Amino acid sequence: MRKLSVWRVIKSGWQGFIRNYWLSTATVAVMVLALFMLGCLALFNVMTQAVVANLEGRVDVSVYFNQDTEEAKVLGVRQELVALSEVKSVDYVSQDEALKRFSERHKDNAVLMQSLQELDQNPLQPSLNIKANYASQYETIANYLNDERFKGMIDRVNYKQNKDLIERLTSLTGNIQTAGIVISLVLGLIAALVSFNTIRLTMYTWRDEISVMRLVGASNWFVRGPFVVEGVIYGVVSGVMALLLMYPMLYFVSPKITNFLPGVDLMYFYQANFWEFFFLLVAVGLLLGGTSSLIAIRRYLKD
Amino acid sequence: MIVFQNVSKIYDGCTALDKVNFTIRPKEFVSLAGPSGAGKSTIFKLLIGEEQPSRGKVFLDKQNIHLIRENELHHLRRKMGMVFQDFRLLSDRTVYENVAFAMEVAGSSNKEIVQDVPQILELVGLPDKLSAFPSQLSGGEKQRVAIARALIHRPSVILADEPTGNLDLLNTWDIVRLLLKINELGTTIVLATHDREVINNLSKRVVTLDKGRIIRDEENGRYIL
Repeated sequence: MRKLSVWRVIKSGWQGFIRNYWLSTATVAVMVLALFMLGCLALFNVMTQAVVANLEGRVDVSVYFNQDTEEAKVLGVRQELVALSEVKSVDYVSQDEALKRFSERHKDNAVLMQSLQELDQNPLQPSLNIKANYASQYETIANYLNDERFKGMIDRVNYKQNKDLIERLTSLTGNIQTAGIVISLVLGLIAALVSFNTIRLTMYTWRDEISVMRLVGASNWFVRGPFVVEGVIYGVVSGVMALLLMYPMLYFVSPKITNFLPGVDLMYFYQANFWEFFFLLVAVGLLLGGTSSLIAIRRYLKD
Repeated sequence: MIVFQNVSKIYDGCTALDKVNFTIRPKEFVSLAGPSGAGKSTIFKLLIGEEQPSRGKVFLDKQNIHLIRENELHHLRRKMGMVFQDFRLLSDRTVYENVAFAMEVAGSSNKEIVQDVPQILELVGLPDKLSAFPSQLSGGEKQRVAIARALIHRPSVILADEPTGNLDLLNTWDIVRLLLKINELGTTIVLATHDREVINNLSKRVVTLDKGRIIRDEENGRYIL
């Protein structure tokens, strides 16, 4: 009996969706736009994260040690730094390695190379190149290295020279991320409200039928069920359509974004995460459609 | 089977029913007569539990209707069949589906539905309109579908609120004859109407209302104001 009722409710919802195709088309169109926007917002956030990661990857802080510092001590400091939670990686550049890199970089500068050869010993210092997880963490790392016990061996930390750049980068990446979240929230809210209102209007056209159903002896559940099923169908169909609509959009837009921001390939991201997108859009559509119907129909059941 | 005990209904200071008392016995055919605003529709609203009386009690089969919880009201409504002046069919469903709907909500099996719906549509004279939508029917045909829907779950009483109000003379008599036939088959009928001619030709019990009060209640009555 219960199984029969559930089947009837689903069938009735599906019939409502198919038979009132103009109303369904209009509702689905609005929801497709809303969900499409949601998909674009997800991609936009991926893009901002990629940009932030890219910018942060370009910054590091180098610690230069006095020339007479033993290699073991430098490696000891490296060991300590690696243990810090703020530190992402630490590269050790020995004196010989530094010289090799220097010679490589300036091999076309004959004057410089000649003066280097005239020196008795390697003039370069061993160093550690430190990368932090976030740009904002460089200050903490620099302060850590200012400790008394490092005084004898560390010649200088180039944080001060880079400080301006790092601070600007920290505030820039912070702003990009905050803006991304705020824009997503605002547009997401607008999308949800527009969808909710569209479904509410759809339900409004059914208010007379709802009262008839109740008079014929339908329980509230039997009245509500088909409309919720219809709302869920709106959501699922819209989610799938929005997902498919993103493909041609990315086909044209993605290469242009890659030109502008090398390393950001949205099409690849979309294809690699197709099922995640599918579940995101369909689940949001389903929830939005179902709950909107449920809320919208409540007032007609109360009268 | 239906008892109104000293029932009053006041809407925002305006009295729609004033100390109304009457009893309707099983298998009776009762006309509620009176001009618009006399309180006929209010009586129906109280009977289906859509409104609460301000004072007094309403019983159906010894059950006080207004003690039934909101979410249990549909059980009460399945004991009655409602017919309205404006038909109130579900516009996106066919004739067959409109009638079947009343059985579906009551949990009838598919087998029962397939068996009963064509039979009842034959009874009301619409055996060939099963797959038509309400918009494709005339007023008289729509009202027959509404009556079929009201009858399908074999209610003990049919409440007809101005069922002929939107119909021409010919269709009016068709519907009245149909209601009489249903009454002969054993269903109680309560017919609310302000159509003097219909009431005077029925020769059945007439309860006349005016300004919310019962001013006359007589067997083989006539509509006199």
